Amino acid sequence: MSTHAVDIHAHDDGHGHHHKETFVTKYIFSQDHKMIAKQYLITGTIMGIVGVMMSLMFRIQIAWPEEPNILFEALLGKWAPGGVMDADIYLALVTIHGTIMVFFVLTAGLSGTFSNLLIPYQIGARDMASGFINMLSYWIFFVSCVIMMGSLFLEAGPAAAGWTIYPPLSALPMAQPGSGWGMTLWLISMALFIAQSLLGSLNYIVTVINMRTKGMSMTRLPLTVWAFFVTAIIGVVSFPVLLSAALLLIMDRSFGTSFFLSDIFIQGEVLHYQGGSPVLFEHLFWFLGHPEVYIVILPAMGLVSEIMATNSRKPIFGYRAMVASILAIAFLSTIVWGHHMFVSGMNPFLGSVFTFTTLLIAIPSAVKAFNWITTIWRGNIQMNPAMLFAIGFVSTFITGGLTGIIVGDSALDINVHDTYFVIAHFHLVMGISAIYGMFAGIYHWYPKMFGRMMNKNLGYIHFWITAISAYGVFFPMHFIGMAGLPRRYYTNSAFPLFDDMTDVNIVITVFALIGGAIQLVYLYNFFVSIFYGKKATMNPWRSTTLEWTTPVKHIHGNWPGEIPHVYRWSYDYSKPGHDDDFVPQNVPLKEGEEELQH
Amino acid sequence: MTALFIIIIVLFAAVAIWQMVKIFDLAQIKTDTSNNGIATDYDNKVNGYLMLAFLAFIYIITIISFVYWGHLPLMSNAASEHGAEVDNLMMISMIVIFTVQIITQFLLHYFAYKYRGEKGKKALYFADHNTLEAVWTIIPVIVLAGLIIYGLFTWNSIMNIDEDADPMVVELYAQQFGWTARYAGQDNVLGLANVRLIDIDKANVLGIDEADPNAADDIIVKELHLPVGKPVLFEIRSQDVLHSAYMPHFRAQMNCVPGMITKFAFTPTLTTKEMRETPEMIAKVENINNIRAEKSKELLAKGEEELDPYEFHYLLLCNKICGKSHYNMQMNIIVETQEEYDAWIAEQKTFKESLN
Repeated sequence: MSTHAVDIHAHDDGHGHHHKETFVTKYIFSQDHKMIAKQYLITGTIMGIVGVMMSLMFRIQIAWPEEPNILFEALLGKWAPGGVMDADIYLALVTIHGTIMVFFVLTAGLSGTFSNLLIPYQIGARDMASGFINMLSYWIFFVSCVIMMGSLFLEAGPAAAGWTIYPPLSALPMAQPGSGWGMTLWLISMALFIAQSLLGSLNYIVTVINMRTKGMSMTRLPLTVWAFFVTAIIGVVSFPVLLSAALLLIMDRSFGTSFFLSDIFIQGEVLHYQGGSPVLFEHLFWFLGHPEVYIVILPAMGLVSEIMATNSRKPIFGYRAMVASILAIAFLSTIVWGHHMFVSGMNPFLGSVFTFTTLLIAIPSAVKAFNWITTIWRGNIQMNPAMLFAIGFVSTFITGGLTGIIVGDSALDINVHDTYFVIAHFHLVMGISAIYGMFAGIYHWYPKMFGRMMNKNLGYIHFWITAISAYGVFFPMHFIGMAGLPRRYYTNSAFPLFDDMTDVNIVITVFALIGGAIQLVYLYNFFVSIFYGKKATMNPWRSTTLEWTTPVKHIHGNWPGEIPHVYRWSYDYSKPGHDDDFVPQNVPLKEGEEELQH
Repeated sequence: MTALFIIIIVLFAAVAIWQMVKIFDLAQIKTDTSNNGIATDYDNKVNGYLMLAFLAFIYIITIISFVYWGHLPLMSNAASEHGAEVDNLMMISMIVIFTVQIITQFLLHYFAYKYRGEKGKKALYFADHNTLEAVWTIIPVIVLAGLIIYGLFTWNSIMNIDEDADPMVVELYAQQFGWTARYAGQDNVLGLANVRLIDIDKANVLGIDEADPNAADDIIVKELHLPVGKPVLFEIRSQDVLHSAYMPHFRAQMNCVPGMITKFAFTPTLTTKEMRETPEMIAKVENINNIRAEKSKELLAKGEEELDPYEFHYLLLCNKICGKSHYNMQMNIIVETQEEYDAWIAEQKTFKESLN
């Protein structure tokens, strides 16, 4: 535990290099958790830009169907002849938008960034358990991104079977053009993505279990680390199942097996497949697919808990209940996947079971929401941009979460399944919320990552306009969903029945365009502040956790001297008997001071 | 035109943002000259008030949505027996949701406003309270227990197919990108079928086993007719990819899975004619026709054909992504009296007659 800076350099020299890190080892093949976090963040941001652009394009198509648009002509080229978007490409955009946002932005971009940045910092470790595996996981992620992006440039277009890639549509190239090479590349990219996710998760788990500094018991861990830790466990349990589904699908596609296919007659010929079942694929997919939404939302919850406590200058309310609800959500998340399949043709009895387990999740979720609200009650709330996004997170999490009791109820799901109601539900509860969590995290830990501050006024504008557009987009969407408008329709003009929803769709798209445009302000703020932001101080938010005891300028090994010891939990804000309204974790208890029993 | 519209919106947005940055910056000069990225008392105050404003925004958008689009949701006028139960459960869930939404959003945003930071103020050191935790664990448990029990009863009554009621058996057959229906005929038993038996030359498009005696009287049609008040059991097949048979007015949906037969049963309660005469539907159709008339004017001005006026039909739509024309995979459903149905079905050719 008494490793000094000198020792660390000696360790570096062990590789036979010179004292100075080269450009390549520092910025490209870095094994330092801080650099890898930044790599994940910037890659995730770029993927996010692509994902959001796609959503804006298909939103324009829905609002003004089949009208020529110079934007389409410029961006889609031959897929938008005369500026009119092709129906196959519409489906491709929807598919890749979903894939990018769920996996590349909200899993890798969010978890990858903040787990890497905060786990070693907040538990008091010099780095991850294995720097090399950490580097490997980023670079596998990078290759996976390149392949996914590469699939956009295929002659026949990228995968277009929806992000859930249900076979037979995804398995048969004759069913749609995107199911040829587009789907092959999708599957390869996804297999690599899963590999990087597993490597990352194992690293996080090992680091949290083994490398906590002296005094950092599990009950003193910040909720961020709890969230990352449990997220990693869910990932290790569920991602391999998606890998198996992807491998079996590759076998069906390329080697003539029949795991998911049976009795198919398409384009005038009978295919040889016999005995498989697409429902099996749905089970395998959602066995990951549902935990995946918690893989996305739990880290955001962790970040929000931390930011809310810090900026309210109050301890997080109900620490034990917060940890317990994280664990409960994690456990329940693995036994609810069937609620995506109420009308898939599986046994209705299973529908009953999954309705029961699904609605149970509302309990730990309610506990968390009320604990956050109580955390800000009688606080001294510092309205930093991070705090605004944290409050926004709770707001959208409640709005989106509540409709979960409708889509999670099998009897009600019959009529809203696969309609815009579902889109509104999951975008609010795990899309917008998780993005808010990510933004909150970025605004809060930006000084730690880049040593500079982001501009707060741009941050305020970013938040308020984003918040208004998010509700503007997704609130009206519930109504058209309950009116029976199915998702993934290239245009609604084929049904006169839906003509009275035209104006709703235009309102949604206009809000989406505003919401998309305002992200430019954020991007400007993010990239310009890296170079021109105000220099950050060591602990700008006056926070208690260990990362704020490290120097502003990143050094290998995080602390120049000894690793700090921990004497208290991470939420001693406004504790009576102290002059300051925060007591860092590395400050020993005063004589006669009691540590809170938690 | 659209592109221009979008460009104008983006431009306006950009100008608005620039203006707002200016306002924030100017306001800053008064209170704090160093924008070091950390909220000042002034920021806390402004954003605290904005929190209240945002609370108002959430309520207003809720009210506006209800005023303008409240007629859209399918929560009344169900055209099937179980549909009324689904609507009832939906209504109860909605009441729970809106109550919780209004209260929690109020607490969240009001606290954010009320307890906005000020220099020298100290927050309350309040880390835990078992009674409070118990309260907001137990209340959701009770509410959810009620919803789960009601939901499960409803689900079971929908999904348990009552064979004693002697339902009329109809096959729904999905393919890229259309629907076909097959009636079981006099014997009410569908002939065996498999896509391997499809013989286009003989017009056996559903792959029906010609050797099966039950198949001879089956009737294949492109428009679904259902007698009102009679339970109907759908046996659903797909020949190529997943589809989903979605009949929103009947609160009915079931996926079509290649390689297996899925089932869904319901009893229609309102004929198409009766549905057209309900006040809700009259208003809806009138509204749609006004919108279409306006669109027609635009089309005529461009020298294109005008739109036909809309007349209500029950619909079967595809609700599982199935390829290029997924958005236009539909079949009309006509619910009519038993006599009308009998007259219609008598005119249809049986499978045996239709074979080449």
